[in-house]
Amino acid sequence: MRDVYVLGVGMIKFGRYPERDVAELAAEAALLALKDADLTIDDVQLLASGNLFQAHAMVGQRILQQIGQTGIPVINVANACATGSTAFREAYLAVASGECEIALAVGSEQMGKAGLLGAGERRESVEGILGSGLMPAVFGQAGVEHMRKYGTKMEHFAKISVKNHKHSVKNPLSQYRVEVTLEDVLKARMVAYPNTLYMCCPTGDGAAAAVVVSEDVRKKSNRKAVKVACSVLTSDPWTERDLTLPDVNTLTRNAARKAYEKAGIGPNDLDLVELHDCFATAELLHYENLGLCAEGEAARAVDEGWFEWGGRLPVNVSGGLLSKGHPLGATGVANIYEIVTQLRGEAQERQVEGAKAGLAHVIGLGSACTIHIFTV
Amino acid sequence: MTQETPERTVRPQRPIVPFLRLGGEGEEPYLVARKCKNCGALYWGTRVACARCRQSSGFEEVKVSDRGTLWTYSIVHQSMPGIPVPYVAAIVDLPEGISVRCTLVDVEPDPAKLPFGMPVEMVTRKVREDKEGNDVIAFFFRPVAKNGGALAQRPEES
Repeated sequence: MRDVYVLGVGMIKFGRYPERDVAELAAEAALLALKDADLTIDDVQLLASGNLFQAHAMVGQRILQQIGQTGIPVINVANACATGSTAFREAYLAVASGECEIALAVGSEQMGKAGLLGAGERRESVEGILGSGLMPAVFGQAGVEHMRKYGTKMEHFAKISVKNHKHSVKNPLSQYRVEVTLEDVLKARMVAYPNTLYMCCPTGDGAAAAVVVSEDVRKKSNRKAVKVACSVLTSDPWTERDLTLPDVNTLTRNAARKAYEKAGIGPNDLDLVELHDCFATAELLHYENLGLCAEGEAARAVDEGWFEWGGRLPVNVSGGLLSKGHPLGATGVANIYEIVTQLRGEAQERQVEGAKAGLAHVIGLGSACTIHIFTV
Repeated sequence: MTQETPERTVRPQRPIVPFLRLGGEGEEPYLVARKCKNCGALYWGTRVACARCRQSSGFEEVKVSDRGTLWTYSIVHQSMPGIPVPYVAAIVDLPEGISVRCTLVDVEPDPAKLPFGMPVEMVTRKVREDKEGNDVIAFFFRPVAKNGGALAQRPEES
């Protein structure tokens, strides 16, 4: 496999665009990434498009109908919340394998306000009767499991929400840019214990894109490139309770182990992390899953501010899914957008000084986990 | 375990999921798991081969206990339209080594009332009628009564 670089990234502000077609949103992000890479759609040899809600509707081809029908191969990807990052991985693999020199990955989603709670009442639903399959409850249960194991408190999860909302104020592309206090978070409407409203990511629309290229292309470009140090994808292995409580931990741990091995660096070498904080409970679990702290140490790390901007290892300086937003298919590419922007030193107000290595983690329930590590 | 559906009627009953068996005459409802004949892994529902040991050794149905312990939970305050809230969405561990996703009933939706490891027992209740006129029966778990109730005859509890 050859070395692969990100030469351009683009992202539209996450939010609500009910009057727009999702392919238009995706096309905008694609053009931003191409411009950033100083390339055009005519240079692109493969497109990987991630979209979940319209997985059957050929969003990738519709992007080309918006910006240039060049006839290149298009892969439409759906992989739950890891949809965008799996599309990025497809583009990465196409270049790494020598199949092409320049590939474009686009993640997009238009959720409206339907959201993670589900599409509405179904007469034969078992929701509320046989427990809950709703995401806030599933990740609530996973958080309560951590409380059980280590005595973690609701306040620890809530502090993560405070941190990510604070970070988002400095990100112009974030869906929300409002600081919240610990009291605001704890007193907000309970969605599914221990996750209150501010501890759940919002629903929304958005798109992000990345241009990946070979070493040859990189050498000819004046644009600052970021190396893809590894691309890892895992699914959930058989574990004891995975049947009833989706195990978001084991596949992340498996992915992290592989990622650090492939990249040849460990968690101590990272300067920043964008991880999948779909709920505040999830972020805390992933501190341990990704080896950013020791087992059972996450609550202490939260109390001591390890993962705040300016702390020992900033996590979700973009505002994270909790505040930046989580348009499902866009999220995985948006995380990569943040890492690449930071490693290029172009993150302005929220820049992590001297960042040389960053990790982007995404998990999709069902389950799929991607980890990409980037270096400069 | 108690069948809490009002008196038995002639209305036909249907379990809400195939792994709930309503039991025959004089028999209490129970859950059935499918057990891999090679490694003993338990599943709700069918598998073509065993997801744990990968062997196609076949499966046998096993009746599992109607008692378990509370592993973890969430308290759902915001749900889909038409579903009453709050409810305790729990994961209950059964002694056979399988866990079950269920709603806890007869307990306050309050973390202080939901100690980890709390013993729970299964009950069944009618939840709705289907289009064919069947009573749809679902299973729930509830804290095991400290005094009286289903545990009264157990020596360690008397």
